[in-house]
Amino acid sequence: MKYASPTTVDEARSLLADNPGSRVFAGATDLVPQMRSGRPEPSVLVDLKRIDRLMAVNHHDGRWVIGAATPTSTLTHNPEFVAMFPGIAEGAGLIGSDQIQNRSSLGGNLCNGSPAADSVPAMIASGARVVVASADGERTVPVADIVTGPGQTSLAAGEFLIEFEIDDAPAGTSDAYLRVTPRTEMDIAVVGAAARLTLDGDTITDACVVLGAVAPTTVRVPAAEAALVGSVLSDEVLETVAASASAAANPIDDKRGTVQYRTQVAGVLAKRAVALAAQRAGNGG
Amino acid sequence: MTATENPTGYKWIGTRPVRHDGYEKVVGKARFAADLDLTGQLYTAYVRSPHAHARVLSIDTAAAEAMPGVKAIVTGADFPDLDPLDPNYDVSINVMARGTALYHGHAIAAVAALTKAEARAAAAAVAVSYDVLPAVLTIDEAMAEGAPLANEENYQKFAPPGDPTNISTHTPLERGDAAEALAGADIVIEREFDAAHVHQGYIEPHACVVDAGLDGKANVWCSSQGHFMIRAVTAGILGRETSRIKVTPAEIGGGFGGKTTVYLEPVALLLSEKSGRPVKSVMTREEVLRATGPAPGCKMRVKIGATKDGELVALDAWMAYSLGAFGDFAGMVGAMSVASYKFPNLKLEAWGVLTNTPKTAAYRAPSAPHAAFAIESVIDEIAIELDMDPIDLRLKNAAVEGDLTAMGMPHPRIGFVECLEALKASPHYQSPVPEGASRGVAAGFWFNIGEQSSATVNLNEDGTATVLTGSPDIGGSRASMALMTAEELGIDVYAITPVVADTEAVGFTDVTEGSRATFATGKAVVEACRELIGELKIRAATIHGVEPDQVEWIDGAAHVEGKDPLSLAQITEQAKRTGGPLTATASLNAAGAGPSFAVHCADVTVDEETGQVTIIRYTAVQDAGTAIHPSYVEGQMQGGSVQGIGWALNEEYIYNADGVMQNAGFLDYRIPVASDIPMIETIIVEVPNPSHPYGVRGVGETGIVPPMGTLGNAIRRATGVRMTSMPMSPPKVLARLSENN
Repeated sequence: MKYASPTTVDEARSLLADNPGSRVFAGATDLVPQMRSGRPEPSVLVDLKRIDRLMAVNHHDGRWVIGAATPTSTLTHNPEFVAMFPGIAEGAGLIGSDQIQNRSSLGGNLCNGSPAADSVPAMIASGARVVVASADGERTVPVADIVTGPGQTSLAAGEFLIEFEIDDAPAGTSDAYLRVTPRTEMDIAVVGAAARLTLDGDTITDACVVLGAVAPTTVRVPAAEAALVGSVLSDEVLETVAASASAAANPIDDKRGTVQYRTQVAGVLAKRAVALAAQRAGNGG
Repeated sequence: MTATENPTGYKWIGTRPVRHDGYEKVVGKARFAADLDLTGQLYTAYVRSPHAHARVLSIDTAAAEAMPGVKAIVTGADFPDLDPLDPNYDVSINVMARGTALYHGHAIAAVAALTKAEARAAAAAVAVSYDVLPAVLTIDEAMAEGAPLANEENYQKFAPPGDPTNISTHTPLERGDAAEALAGADIVIEREFDAAHVHQGYIEPHACVVDAGLDGKANVWCSSQGHFMIRAVTAGILGRETSRIKVTPAEIGGGFGGKTTVYLEPVALLLSEKSGRPVKSVMTREEVLRATGPAPGCKMRVKIGATKDGELVALDAWMAYSLGAFGDFAGMVGAMSVASYKFPNLKLEAWGVLTNTPKTAAYRAPSAPHAAFAIESVIDEIAIELDMDPIDLRLKNAAVEGDLTAMGMPHPRIGFVECLEALKASPHYQSPVPEGASRGVAAGFWFNIGEQSSATVNLNEDGTATVLTGSPDIGGSRASMALMTAEELGIDVYAITPVVADTEAVGFTDVTEGSRATFATGKAVVEACRELIGELKIRAATIHGVEPDQVEWIDGAAHVEGKDPLSLAQITEQAKRTGGPLTATASLNAAGAGPSFAVHCADVTVDEETGQVTIIRYTAVQDAGTAIHPSYVEGQMQGGSVQGIGWALNEEYIYNADGVMQNAGFLDYRIPVASDIPMIETIIVEVPNPSHPYGVRGVGETGIVPPMGTLGNAIRRATGVRMTSMPMSPPKVLARLSENN
């Protein structure tokens, strides 16, 4: 196993092309435990943290551009970002522990392909896109299109993420992410739920609800969104959101939770995330 | 906080000096077993059974032996056959399977190679063929009529010779007439409980370095709760003379009972002999969880009857503990541990049951947490039914000196009532239950034991003292030994160097278990100090030209009427011309370890939509007899509480249908993290133990007994549902709440 630390996207691209079985990493907070638990070692470990573009955070022209290898603590300590995307910050702030978050990245959290990734549902709810370095250039795709199943992504061999793009939240918009874990930290979501709402007065004009850890990939809940758009938030609407989320959940029984528990709690968390996002949006987004 | 002020006016006992080993541990200089490296050492990797129960048909090591770096391989065939009645027989089979794998993860072979990677590669190349046998995984399966045997070699203990069985022990205990008393009781509450296996969760995995020589001697460096135990069991398993093995204790990174047995050392010793090199063996966390001692799981039915004014008239309990594939005494001890209350009528039936799961090991007050969870839950139901304060109900029935234990022996002086009263008067219990929260209370106790200890106290020429004991420092015992020495000799606590000495440097000392180190080893230290004081008086008499009985030892100096006092340092300075070095050794088999009682109180909130339990305030009250070093007493109380909270709420071995543990890592075997737990408030009660010179009761274990009942009772009062299955994890709480609605 070799280690390489390219300083440009092109250099990284060549390393990956020339070395079958190589793997990129940022914080390695998933990679190292995977290797320790017996997964095959990559031929070359390609460290992306020396590439400036992958470590940069910029906000201009109504858009955030976030390097895919940037430590998530950089985002959770950015007051402007936290104010605009409290839900994404909540998700990023739940990965592992403080120490882990000084290493973990949005790119790694996404490409690990876990349906329980804490930063992903809120990014999808905010319509985040990602710029992918491919063999012959760059392509931009929605975050929602990257993960195709547990540990599986739509990235071709040799492709890696350069940066995320998130458009500024419109006026009257906010988001929220909640998860349930038995422990308060150092844990993996048993259920996660993100919501993003836009309010015009009391009326919801746009909504997105995304569940984590209750299916092979994150799950959007169109029935909940349909119930929300055009409504004023009420207990009745929230119960519809909860029922829709439970219906959309398609979980498994495993060591972290049961089908029954995940299905039931998906509804609870969706309802609570929607209520929290609405409260934040009502306070000016 | 200390509820009863120290009335005896000690100078050092009851103070809180920084521990003598603190600096080295804080800066990372302390050497744990895995920190030692010897020139030329080999590394090990184990071949472990992929089946919960299987006949091992063949083990082919030829390919592995030919691999790069491989220097030695051992299998069960390399071990001597012990008599099945040999006390080390079960441990011997547990460290290396002989013909049958008894649980998933059971050691089948071990490789020593130049590098860890080479050892792992060779272990993967050992070819083992198995004939899979039916695996017995639960108490119900094991006790069912015609159940397959979990271990064909197991016979019931203390029973007439019979056929092999899944039963280890069957303990019926009876006094009075429970059936009649229950029939006449005003209320009778009966519930059925169960609990999963849980691990001790010590942070330091098992590790050792062994260097065996051609002269038949072996040096072992390892982390354990008792290096004399490591020496004896390693020698016993390998059929060696005990004195040919020297064990040097490393610092220990947690044991909690789990390091009172042997896993790696005999295997590493054989590998060292075969290879002619030192062998270092360190378990992975996964190996620790799959192949070292969890605490038993259990199933229990408890029925308690009471009068309408809250007198508990009878207890009828059926208790079964799942032990793994080897018999032990957990069921019997569980039955013994139910006697916190007077219970004039008692009918107990306890079982130890074999399953194809890892061999269980001691874990803080072994067997008692299970029993206390069940009994304290039912007592709480009685308090609710009678609308009585839960402390008052317990006070009315609490055992006092002279009341009988479940085994029928009278309790010595105990502090249960004092603990209940201290909690009742505490700021926590006196405060209103916070809005949205509920409060639970439960009690527990542990017997504690004495056993054998040795201590040597050497006075140095500069007037300082070195104290050698054979008890590993697993909970601040160096500081306790130094404090008792300082009190006796009358010198500064930092003029004392407490040493955990190897098996060739100090007299035999039993394993640190039963919360015995400060009690029994402390007693040996005090005896050695008192002998030294006698000698110091003789030396002072020689210096002054008086008779020894004219000398008094006061506050670190020899006093003779009409003369200037002679300090300890002045005497040691002149030792050469008054009779030579001053040193004393005491060895004893300590009797009279006083039981320690505890009462805990928790305020919790329950999220009724997710089943999550949040502890917002927690207080632990415990009788320490006399707190030698109150900070380490509090640390034991807090540590026991936190482990009990983890056990109560989230920790469990999750097996699949084939008996394979699904959560063999700290990510999914969920011990609590700091942010899960509020500050554990402590109240030390001091009802001195008459059998110790300073009144010490062991405090290490009792703290883990009350948390399960405390939390179950708080959840019951928050939600109306009685949780009867541990862990009381969010899915189980939510399921019970959903059933209830």
